[in-house]
Amino acid sequence: MILNFTVNGKKVAIEAEEDTNLLEVLRDKLSLTGTKCGCSVGKCGVCMVLFNGASVQACLIKGKKMEGAEVLTIEGLGTEKEPHPLQVAFLEYGAVQCGFCTPAMLLTAKALLDRNPHPTEEEIRQALKRVLCRCTGYVPIIKAIQAVAEG
Amino acid sequence: MDSKGNSEKKKDLTCVGKSVRRVDGWPKVLGKAKYTADHSFEGMLFAAVKRADFPHARIKSIDVEGAQLPGVEAIMLEEDIPGNPRFGALNPHQPVIISDIVRYLGDGIALVAAKSEKIAREAAKRIVVSYEELPGLFDPREARKSELSIHPEGNEIVHHVLRKGEVSEGFAAADVVLERDYQTQFQEHAYLEPEAAVAVPQPDGGITVYGSMQHPFSTRRVVARVLGLPLAKVRVIQGELGGGFGGKDESSSIVCARAALLALKTGKPVKLVNTREESFVESYKRHPYYLHYKVGAKKDGTLTAMEIEIVADGGAYASMSTFVTWRSVVQATGPYTVPNVKTDVYAYHTNNTYTGAFRGFGSPQIVYASESLMDELAAELKISPAEIRKKNFYQQGGETATGQTLKHVVSLEPALDAVLAELNKKPLEQNANPVFSRGRGFACSYRGVALGAEGVDATGAVVNLLEDGSAIVSTGVAENGQGLRTVFSQIVSEELGIPLEKIVFLDCDTSSIADGGPSVASRCTIMGGNAVRHACLQLKERLNLSEQPDLQKAIKATLNAGKSLYAFGWHNAPKVSWDEHTGQGDAYFTYVYACQGVEVEVNNQTGETKVLRAVAAHDVGMALNPQQVELQIYGGVTMGAGYGLTEEVILEKGVTKNPNFNGYHIPDSRMIGEIVPIIIENPDAAGPFGAKTIGEPTCELLAPAIANAILQATGARVRTIPATPARVLHAMQKEGAPA
Repeated sequence: MILNFTVNGKKVAIEAEEDTNLLEVLRDKLSLTGTKCGCSVGKCGVCMVLFNGASVQACLIKGKKMEGAEVLTIEGLGTEKEPHPLQVAFLEYGAVQCGFCTPAMLLTAKALLDRNPHPTEEEIRQALKRVLCRCTGYVPIIKAIQAVAEG
Repeated sequence: MDSKGNSEKKKDLTCVGKSVRRVDGWPKVLGKAKYTADHSFEGMLFAAVKRADFPHARIKSIDVEGAQLPGVEAIMLEEDIPGNPRFGALNPHQPVIISDIVRYLGDGIALVAAKSEKIAREAAKRIVVSYEELPGLFDPREARKSELSIHPEGNEIVHHVLRKGEVSEGFAAADVVLERDYQTQFQEHAYLEPEAAVAVPQPDGGITVYGSMQHPFSTRRVVARVLGLPLAKVRVIQGELGGGFGGKDESSSIVCARAALLALKTGKPVKLVNTREESFVESYKRHPYYLHYKVGAKKDGTLTAMEIEIVADGGAYASMSTFVTWRSVVQATGPYTVPNVKTDVYAYHTNNTYTGAFRGFGSPQIVYASESLMDELAAELKISPAEIRKKNFYQQGGETATGQTLKHVVSLEPALDAVLAELNKKPLEQNANPVFSRGRGFACSYRGVALGAEGVDATGAVVNLLEDGSAIVSTGVAENGQGLRTVFSQIVSEELGIPLEKIVFLDCDTSSIADGGPSVASRCTIMGGNAVRHACLQLKERLNLSEQPDLQKAIKATLNAGKSLYAFGWHNAPKVSWDEHTGQGDAYFTYVYACQGVEVEVNNQTGETKVLRAVAAHDVGMALNPQQVELQIYGGVTMGAGYGLTEEVILEKGVTKNPNFNGYHIPDSRMIGEIVPIIIENPDAAGPFGAKTIGEPTCELLAPAIANAILQATGARVRTIPATPARVLHAMQKEGAPA
């Protein structure tokens, strides 16, 4: 089947099978490799993208669900010249180590701040619980998000 | 914590000692950093592996007929391997794929390359193997006694001894003698990037392998051996690494070797990426330990003797068991002066998943046991946990269990005092709800830096200064996500007076720099940092910077004189020694000291334990980048909390029962309420700018600190980790504590 949807503001038409998931589409068909694969069962969260504005594990979105959707991946979040404030804060606070969860953390944080611009620490921790990080102990990621929320 | 002199010395530095941003941060926040699985090549094939169906069995036949699907381009068995099909750093008995006997469920039997991953996996599924099932061994204590032998050379991998004084005399002189047993689990590294490799055949018959590995040179050794190629024809390029934690050595070499085999066979690029389940089943874990401690002490707490026996589960293959357990035999007493010590550490083969290097490397197990023991002994003697430790701490000028005199500053007491001051800043307040009990606990450790007497410890670095004053730096140790590119760039910036923006770190490519040994043992900063410094010092001499301080003019003059501005620095670790018959010697050239404390809250009805607050004080010699040091502390403390509370690979008769994150729980963002890092600096003569190490000590202390805190909260002692709700409840019921 052909799936029509929008990725990072661009319309795409992708030929895919029923059981193809969004992660495969992004990585294999669109060469958007910034979205990572860590477990394929929706438990590690490193494939988190913004799907119609909400943070969702791309490996859990299959087939027809993609039709008509608006998807934002890390490649669409910002550039070095025009970065998203979260990208700058992540660098400033040392929220990046190996970097494998970083795209997912950034998008999860963006989804949180989009719906709740001034979250409490508890709300940040709740939002981040769907993305695992093995390097940072989460502390600098939380600090970076707080810094952006406080402007 | 700086001594005054040190602070002043630090003030003169322009780049080292500062929390500069990561030099490799931008590609990572933009999603542009290329991890191995992100590489693609024209005409690339995808690989899959057929693995064992039994943990111990003789293979009778392998039928690949049904796997010849359209799109399959190669199927390989052991007999198709052009080189040596077995590898291993110490005992080369681990198969890349095997055709006679499988020894654990991760063993590979056949390799498939196909036009798509889906076809490759389907074909692998259709390979039919018939077996004669063999009886298995799944407990190292059984393997110790069993007549059944998993390998022709027997089940014992290693037996390390340490003998100091005479323990019988020490126990006779003691007022109290205590014996305790502790047990630890299989822990999974759980790097978020599963193992991956892309192998690309080269026109000269050689191969280039992009891989997710910590040690490109170990991988090169394995790939060349398996392919039967000279090392020079195998080029290994490290992809951006999505976490390693000691886990991407053999686990990665085997994936790279398999991809390379298929690539040479088909003449096409081949990508092989493990699923998370395959990663859990195939890759090595942290060794489970069974530890028996007997300790004698005087009424005032002075230790008189310690007798320790440890049995480790090495699993199916030898891997690094000998080295991992060697660190345990050196450090098993904990950082305490004990005049009489007898330690025996054994590792045995089983048909479980094999075990190997994991951040901490044989220390988290013994620190958990010995630091639980110190609290148990203190309670028996009715003195405080801090008092018994202070009474026995190693001192500068004192002697360790291995007979080594500690010549550097031993900062155990300042670390302990710093943690207690922070932890007890506020008095312990109980939750108003009586279902919850709170308690505090702590643990202390010392840790040998770098490889020690495990083997030769040396590494190199290239600093290539260019005519415009920019520089390219590369080193024989590799970026593993820990921040090595940044710290080494800082050293070059400091030494040559070049801004960081003009320094490019060239990632490890085995064909362009000397084998610098593995990126393990928290040795990168101290070893690689020294090598970078050596290279810079050569350049400074050639540039004659003392007489011509203007770098640009100096560069011009040097080049005009026909001299090169390409320098290779090589650093050899200071001398160490070891007598394997007595376990005596200068095991490591220097040590680091640390203390971590914790406040926990236990639910008395469910046994669930929450970490409310953790405090971690580490002597790092000198923090070359304080922010990066703090990051290591945050990450290590969190990993230690997982080790102490939630993480356990459940193996039943060799079968992994929880091979993904829905059954294996690493800490998430809610695991620890607050982490307070405390950096202590006592510059060490052996380190670049006095720096020692930080990566591993951070994750070896929280499990015992938690166990000690659970005891304070509930009165119950958990002697097996992780301290799951069931184990905590069980211990509470045994102690008759309120449930």
